[in-house]
Amino acid sequence: MKPASRAFKTNARKALANEPLQRALGGIKHGFVANRAKARAALPEFDRLRDEARAVKEHTLAHLDLYLEEYEAKVIEAGGQVHWAPSADDARETILKICRNAGARTVTKGKSMVGEEIAINAHLEAAGIKAVETDLGEYLIQIRGEPPSHIIAPAIHLTMDQVEADFRNIHKDLPPERILDEPGQLVAEARAVLRDGFLAADVGITGANLLIAETGSSVIVTNEGNGDLTQCLPRVHIVIASIEKAVPTLEDANTILRVLARSATGQECSTYTTYSTGPKRPGDPDGPEEFHVVLLDNGRTEMLGGEFHDMLRCIRCGACMNHCPVYGAVGGHAYGWVYPGPMGAVLTPSLIGIDEAGHLPNASTFCGRCEAVCPMRIPLPKLMRHWRMREYEEGNTPAGYKLGLKLWAFAARRPKLYHALTGLGAPLLARFGKRRGRFRSLPLAGGWTRHRDLPAPQGKTFQQLWRAREKTP
Amino acid sequence: MAKNKTPENKPHVGLFVTCLVDLIRPSIGFASVKLLQQAGCRVGVPQAQTCCGQPAYNSGDRPDARALALQTLSAFEDFDYVVAPSGSCAGMLKHHYPELLGDDPGTAGRARAFADKVHELVSFLVDIRGVTKVRARHDGAVTYHDSCAGLRELGVKAQPRQLLESVEGLTLQEMEDAEVCCGFGGTFSVKYPAVSNAIVEKKTANIAAGDARCLLAGDLGCLMNMAGKLSREGKDIEVRHVAEVLAGMDDDPAIGEKQS
Amino acid sequence: MNGAQKRQSVLEGIRAALGAGGADETRKKTVRKRLKSPRANLVPERARKGRAARLELFTGMLEGQGAKVSHASGLGDVPEIVAAYLRGNNLSAEFRTGSDEMLAAIPWDKTPSLTRHRGRGQAGDGVTMSRASTAAAETGTLFLTSGEDNPTTLNFLPDTHMIVIRAGDILGSYEDAWNALRKTFGARALPRTVNLISGPSRTADINQTIVMGAHGPRRLHVIVVG
Repeated sequence: MKPASRAFKTNARKALANEPLQRALGGIKHGFVANRAKARAALPEFDRLRDEARAVKEHTLAHLDLYLEEYEAKVIEAGGQVHWAPSADDARETILKICRNAGARTVTKGKSMVGEEIAINAHLEAAGIKAVETDLGEYLIQIRGEPPSHIIAPAIHLTMDQVEADFRNIHKDLPPERILDEPGQLVAEARAVLRDGFLAADVGITGANLLIAETGSSVIVTNEGNGDLTQCLPRVHIVIASIEKAVPTLEDANTILRVLARSATGQECSTYTTYSTGPKRPGDPDGPEEFHVVLLDNGRTEMLGGEFHDMLRCIRCGACMNHCPVYGAVGGHAYGWVYPGPMGAVLTPSLIGIDEAGHLPNASTFCGRCEAVCPMRIPLPKLMRHWRMREYEEGNTPAGYKLGLKLWAFAARRPKLYHALTGLGAPLLARFGKRRGRFRSLPLAGGWTRHRDLPAPQGKTFQQLWRAREKTP
Repeated sequence: MAKNKTPENKPHVGLFVTCLVDLIRPSIGFASVKLLQQAGCRVGVPQAQTCCGQPAYNSGDRPDARALALQTLSAFEDFDYVVAPSGSCAGMLKHHYPELLGDDPGTAGRARAFADKVHELVSFLVDIRGVTKVRARHDGAVTYHDSCAGLRELGVKAQPRQLLESVEGLTLQEMEDAEVCCGFGGTFSVKYPAVSNAIVEKKTANIAAGDARCLLAGDLGCLMNMAGKLSREGKDIEVRHVAEVLAGMDDDPAIGEKQS
Repeated sequence: MNGAQKRQSVLEGIRAALGAGGADETRKKTVRKRLKSPRANLVPERARKGRAARLELFTGMLEGQGAKVSHASGLGDVPEIVAAYLRGNNLSAEFRTGSDEMLAAIPWDKTPSLTRHRGRGQAGDGVTMSRASTAAAETGTLFLTSGEDNPTTLNFLPDTHMIVIRAGDILGSYEDAWNALRKTFGARALPRTVNLISGPSRTADINQTIVMGAHGPRRLHVIVVG
C-alpha cells in the first residue's frame, strides 16, 4: 500500500474527530490491557520468562544464518520447498509464480502482517487471482478496502453497526430482512460465507509466528481456526515469514509462546497453535500436496547488528500499541502504513524510509509504557530516539523547530548568558501573567495555548532568589 | 568525597533545580531545599547548571545534548549526591547521560560515576535518607499522578505515597489510570498539540472524576500540562508539586492560580 | 537473481551484518549442540504438579476457555458420555473419527443410538471425534497429531469437536508434551501437523466481544479416560 505516514497530523486530527473509532479505542483498556494484567498476575514467572524470551531471540539472531540453513534443510527433508526473498518484490513474484503453477483461481489467506507488508493481495488480484482474507478482522477490512489498524485486531476501529452495514452491502444474496444486531449473528454469517471460500481455494497462504530450526516447522497461533482451514484444505500451502521468526528448538518456541498470548490478548494461550512441517505424507488423508516457505528479508539484515537490531526481537503481540497513549488517542490508521503504534514507529522507517515515516518516531511522549510491557524487552523509546537522531543528522528536522532548538541550546550551553536571559524573562512574563496567574494565549506558544492555559512564572527565577538569599547572612 | 562532608558528616547534596522550576516555580526549589535539609543534608546550588538537555536529546540533537550533559557533569562533580525535583530530569541524568557519553572512553566513566549519585527528590528522601514521615499539614483529599519517567525509569511509586500518608489532615485518593501518561512529553506537547490534548483530556477527566480537589505530581512539566488543561476546562482543582505539600510550603498560589 | 543467488544474498547479508564468516566453527558448534540436545528454558512452577493437581489444572484451564470436560473411568464409559452430551446439546448422534486404535477399541455397540463414520473431515460434518496424543496441563492444551488415525480436518471442520485423551497422557508442561512426541516420532522430527488445541474456536473481532465458533468448532468436549 502507498504509505500515508507523511500526513500523520492530518490523519490524527481526523481520527480524533471519528466518534466510532474513539469508542472502539476506549474499549482497549478494559479488554487487552486489563486482560494482560490479569494473565501476568496469574503467572509468577512471567517477567523472568520475558528475560528468557529475549535471550532466546538474541541467541538466534547472533546465529541467524545458521539457524535459517538448518530450518531450510529440515523443510526440504520433510518434502517442502524454501524460497528466499531479499525484497518484497521477490516475495510477491515467488508467491504469484507458485499460485500460477498451481493453476490457482482462488487463494485463501490466514492473517499475516508480512502479507500486509508486501501487499500480496493486491498483487494477486492484479494477476486475476482472487485472494480471500479469512481471519474475521482481516475479512472485515478487506471488504472495506482498508489497511489493518492493529496488528492483532485489524478491525478494532470498526463498530458493530459499520460491520452490519458492510455485510448487508456485500452479502447481497442473503435475505435482506435477516437480523444482524448481535456480534454472534455477524460472526455466524461470516463463518458461513467464508466456509465456501475455504472449500473452493486452490492455495492457502498463512504467515508464521515462529520457524523452528530443530524440526523445520512453522508455527501459527490463532483463535478462530481460520489459519488451519487455510492450510489443511487447499492443494498448496504457502507460508510467508520474515527471517527473524526463526528460533532454535521446540523448547525455545515454548518460551516465546508463553509470553506471546499473555501479552497480546491476555489469554493463557491462544486457542490454536499449529506446527506445520512439510506437505501431506504417505497415508495422510488430508493436508496440502505442496508446501512452500517464502523467507522474506526486506531490510531486516540491515537492521541486524545495527542501531535497530533490538526491533528484530519483536513477536508482533501488539502490547505496545494497546498501552500507548498516542495509539489510544488516534488508532492505527493515523500511522499511515502497515505497522502502527510504538513498534510501527520504529519498524516503519526501517522498511519505507525515515523521509517517508519521519512523523512516527516523533509522535511519542516517551512515556515508556510500551517498553514496560514489551514481552521481548525492546527499548522502543530508545529506538524511536535513534530515528530522531538519524533524522537530525541527515538534516530532516523541520527548519523552524530546529532554529528554535538551536537558539535555546546556544543559551543553555552558556550558563551566565542563560541566567541573565531567564532572569530578565521570568519576572517580565510573571508581570504580564500576574492578573490571572496563567496565559490563555501567548505569542510563539500557540501549540500549547490552543488547548490549555499556560501557567505564569511566579516572578524571579530560583537562581536569582537563591543567590539573593546566599548574600543575606 | 570525605572532603565534601561537613564536620557533622552531613552529605553534601547538589540541587539540580531543573529549568522549569528555575523559570516558572522557584517555590518547588525552596521546598526541595527544605526537605533535603530536614533530611540532614547540606544543600548547594551550582550556578553553572541550566537544563539537563532533554529537549535536545529527544529531538535527536546529540551534539547539544552531549555538551549540556558535560556541563551538568562538571557543575556537580564535587557533590556527594545530585538531587532533582523531577523524575524526568533525574532520569535523564541517571540513565541517559551514560548512554549519551558512553561511547567516549574519556567521558564514559565520569558519566557512570555521576549517574550513581543522581536521585529524584522524593525517592532520595525515602530510599537513601530513610525518611519515613514529614512534618506538614494539608487538609483535604489529594490525588497523585505518577509521572512517566519517575515511575518507569526510576521506580518512583510508593515513596511519595508513603510520605503523603504522613501529612496531617491529608487523605490520598487514587485516580483511575494514575500511571498513564498525561500527554505532556516535553516538545511533544507543542509538536503534536492535538494528540497531546486528546491525551490530557482523558487525564483531567480521571482527575475530576474523583473527590480530591488537589492534584499532586513530581514533575513540573506534567503539572503545567494538567493544570493548564484543568483551568481551560474550568475545573476547580488545585495543582501542586508534591514537594510543596511535603515541605508544608503550600501557601503560595497553586500552579496557574492568580498571584496574591 | 535466480533462487540460489537470492538465498546467497540473504545469507551473506546476515553474515556481513553479524561480522561472521560462514566457516566460523565455534558458531556452528553452538548451533549443532543446541539442536542436538534441546534444553528446557524456564518452566512455570504450575506445570510441575502431581497427577491429581495436574488433572484439576488441566480441567480448569480448558473450562476457562469454554470447553466442556468429562471424565470416564474406562473406555467402556465413553459411549454413554458421548451419547448424553450429544443429546444434551440437541445434536445428531452421528459423528466421524479417523482410524485411531484407541477410539476403535471403544465399545460403541453398547450404545446403538450412536453412529460412527470413518475418514477425514467433511464439509457437512456436525460432530467429529479425535484422540489427543498428549496434553500440557499448564494451559489446558491438547496435542493432536495428523495422519490417518486422526486427520487434521476433523479438528476444524465440524461444529462440535470431541477429543478423547487418556489421563496418563496428560502431562504438566509443553516441554513434557514435546518430549512425549519426540519419543514417538524421533529426534528432530514431527508429523506433518501438530495441533495444540485449548478450547473451542473464538473471535473477538467484532465489538471486542468474545464469540465462540468463528471458523472452527463452536463446541469442544474433552473426555478424559482413566
